[in-house]
Amino acid sequence: MPKADTGQFRRERIDRGIYARSSDIFALSSWREMTYLLLPRILPVVILLAMPLVLELAGNEYWAKVMVILAIMGIMAMSWDLLRMAGMFSLGQGLFFGLGSYVAASLNHYLEWPIILTIPIGAIGGAILGTALLLGTLKLRGIYFAMVTLAFPLLLVRAIQATNFMGGTEGVRAASFPNYWTIAYLAIGALLVCFFGLRRLMNSDWGLVARAIGQDDIAVTASGIDVTWRKIQVLFIASGIAAFAGTLMTHFLMYAGLSNFSLEYSILPVASVVIGGSGNFAGALLGSSLLTLATESLRALGALRIALYSLLMVFFALMVREGIFPYLERRYHQFERRVKVD
Amino acid sequence: MLGVLLFGLTNSMGLALAALGFSFVFGISGIANFAYGAFYLLGGFITYILLNSAGLPYWISAVISMVIVFFLGTFIYKAAIQRIRGAMLSEVIVTMGLGVTIIEVLRWSGYVKHNQYLPSFLPGSIMIGGIGIEYQRLVIVGIGAILFFLLWLLTRYTKIGLALRAMAQDELTALSLGINNDRIAMLAMGIGSLLAVVAALAIIPLGLLNIEGAYEILIFALAVGVLGGLGSTTGIIVGAFVLGYTQSIASTVLGPKWMMVVTFLAIVLVLLIKPSGIFGKQKELEERV
Amino acid sequence: MSTEPILKITGLSKHFGGVTAVDNVSFELKEGEFLGIIGPNGAGKTTLLNLITGFLKPDSGKVYYHGENITALKPHKICELGMARTLQMVRPFYNLPAFKNIIIPLCSPRSLKFSGSQYGERDDIALDYLEEVGFERDSSVPYKPAGVLPHGYVKRLELARALAMQPDLLLLDELFSGMSMSEVASTMFIIERLRTKGISIIMVEHRVKELVRVADRLLLLNFGTKIVEGKPTDVISSREAVEAYLGSSQEVE
Repeated sequence: MPKADTGQFRRERIDRGIYARSSDIFALSSWREMTYLLLPRILPVVILLAMPLVLELAGNEYWAKVMVILAIMGIMAMSWDLLRMAGMFSLGQGLFFGLGSYVAASLNHYLEWPIILTIPIGAIGGAILGTALLLGTLKLRGIYFAMVTLAFPLLLVRAIQATNFMGGTEGVRAASFPNYWTIAYLAIGALLVCFFGLRRLMNSDWGLVARAIGQDDIAVTASGIDVTWRKIQVLFIASGIAAFAGTLMTHFLMYAGLSNFSLEYSILPVASVVIGGSGNFAGALLGSSLLTLATESLRALGALRIALYSLLMVFFALMVREGIFPYLERRYHQFERRVKVD
Repeated sequence: MLGVLLFGLTNSMGLALAALGFSFVFGISGIANFAYGAFYLLGGFITYILLNSAGLPYWISAVISMVIVFFLGTFIYKAAIQRIRGAMLSEVIVTMGLGVTIIEVLRWSGYVKHNQYLPSFLPGSIMIGGIGIEYQRLVIVGIGAILFFLLWLLTRYTKIGLALRAMAQDELTALSLGINNDRIAMLAMGIGSLLAVVAALAIIPLGLLNIEGAYEILIFALAVGVLGGLGSTTGIIVGAFVLGYTQSIASTVLGPKWMMVVTFLAIVLVLLIKPSGIFGKQKELEERV
Repeated sequence: MSTEPILKITGLSKHFGGVTAVDNVSFELKEGEFLGIIGPNGAGKTTLLNLITGFLKPDSGKVYYHGENITALKPHKICELGMARTLQMVRPFYNLPAFKNIIIPLCSPRSLKFSGSQYGERDDIALDYLEEVGFERDSSVPYKPAGVLPHGYVKRLELARALAMQPDLLLLDELFSGMSMSEVASTMFIIERLRTKGISIIMVEHRVKELVRVADRLLLLNFGTKIVEGKPTDVISSREAVEAYLGSSQEVE
């Protein structure tokens, strides 16, 4: 698509030859084409899988731990993106995150269930609770969903603080993973499974209907589909994924507390997707990785960080709109040149 | 018993005052201003600074603060919201993002400490039927009543008010009648922000000026909105009174710590029984065809 | 073929605030019949359709489909029973290719019951439906995003969307609005073909000429009430019809 006129010259975007040659079945025609297509997909996977190994062996424990956080936040961002695609704009992913953490921690602390049980049950428990709490908003305008997801985590924090329920401000202790490798590769593995799984899901006809609901739920209703039920399904899956992230965090930090409902876990997924680009989960992954690395590098700024992400998020939402990943994708597939206007 | 009644009344009016600004903007322009808490905090903070560091008299500080926040509200609409008007996700992200930015910058700056007070309009307290009640609480009731009355006058008897009501009913039609919907939305945003400051000046004197208050006020505005139904003034008043008395009763019977719990449960209950709120006019999915 | 009417409306009414949109409307539709609903703008035709298909809850009155009371049912449930409608304000899924628009109704429970197809097969079935409404199969048109299609195509896409639900009763809401004369003619041809399959049709239309030729019965609606009902030629030459359209630029023969 040629860009607007700039006097004597205009900018033109042309697909790279190799992109055009490697579309469809022709990709298999040569090693060069296959590399072109597979490299951007395989490289991040390899890096993600290798990083924990490299960092831990190099003795850099701090950044090795950051990798776990990175995976967890990536999972959170993808769960937010899933909701967004179906037209549910959540301002409180922290709600599901916190619910999952608390369920897992309680099962572990009070009932002494092992981690191998608390994580899946915690995820499902978080999903059930989260979906139940938000059920009433699904039939109403989208803004209700946003309002209620914003209010609930804020309220829960104060309610728990006030009543000392579930350990109050102290929180609930939980067991830790046997070693670093378990949590690191569980988290990274889960991240990759979520990524490829969600992409597959949203490319299916089920996902197509979900995305259509995000665009125009009335038209989907007129097409004979029970929109509310589909939204419940999407909400269950997304909240389950976010709750799962919460359970991982619980056993990683050996503790579940009020901070699991904090605004940070609600803002970061949104910022990740806005900055990284929405619609294909790759942007969510990219954005969350960038923000996690930034969070750790900017430790010195303390509480200012959340203000910076919010501001950056607003900037991208207003000015940039596209997100980093679509931009990178475009540059990879196309090149621009200036062409003289006759 | 009398205590519950009285505190319920003042609590409810306080909630109504808190929810008014948010509901006003939403009713007129359909924008959910999640930066509402930030305006509340700013209003209180600016007044405090003017009062203590600049040494200005209270009423002047208050008015200047209101003016500043009014223009901040209109500026934010013009600079940020106008260009993404209609895209709900962007609106929500931008207002929320700006709100959090403002609040967290204030928190990080350390200017808001844990010992800052705003003066009451009327210091002291009065005994009613054996119960001690601060004058400020009664002032809140008075201010609330006056504000609702003024807004009622504004919307019913002035040209601007007519435009506001037209926008609230059907923006597209209003537009086709020559009403500049961006100007009106900007005005609504400004008024909503100003109302946040009024709420701040009325409520903060009862306690402290602190950062968490910003989030609390947002919670209460949202709770009242969900309980009573968004966009209708009756809904706000009813929602505020239902929540206010529920909180008051719980506070007396179970203890003041239960206010937030009760608020949480109230929202959950409403969502289960009548999601659109007591006076909610929100249509369910199909009816929006 | 049963003699029971496929659709029976009794005393349907709907008020919006002080305005009565639909006022005590009753009629019946026999299986396989083609009923046209005409009337000037604001007569309540679309509201009536919304009431029948479950998008609005009536204040009073009942809707019976195949003898069953469907008045309080949700729209998607009504679709499951065999009713399909087009929306007056066409809303395709703008970013999706045209044929993917059709896949969505193909995922509805009724469609799955009838064809039960797997992923991948639906693409072909969608293309079949598009072909049925006049999209050129071997062109790139079915693959274009619905947002770039010309209006006539979008309206036919809407029709295909309704057909993909394999309805017994098809309700068309101002399908011809915005179409050119040739598009109207070809679309009418498609609709007549549907009749041979035994599908009952209710067509709300502004363009009376075409309806008169094809419909079994006409129903004139004005101010929310049923004014006249009967054979097309009788209805349009009736005094009430002339009065209803008087003042508008509509010519009634």
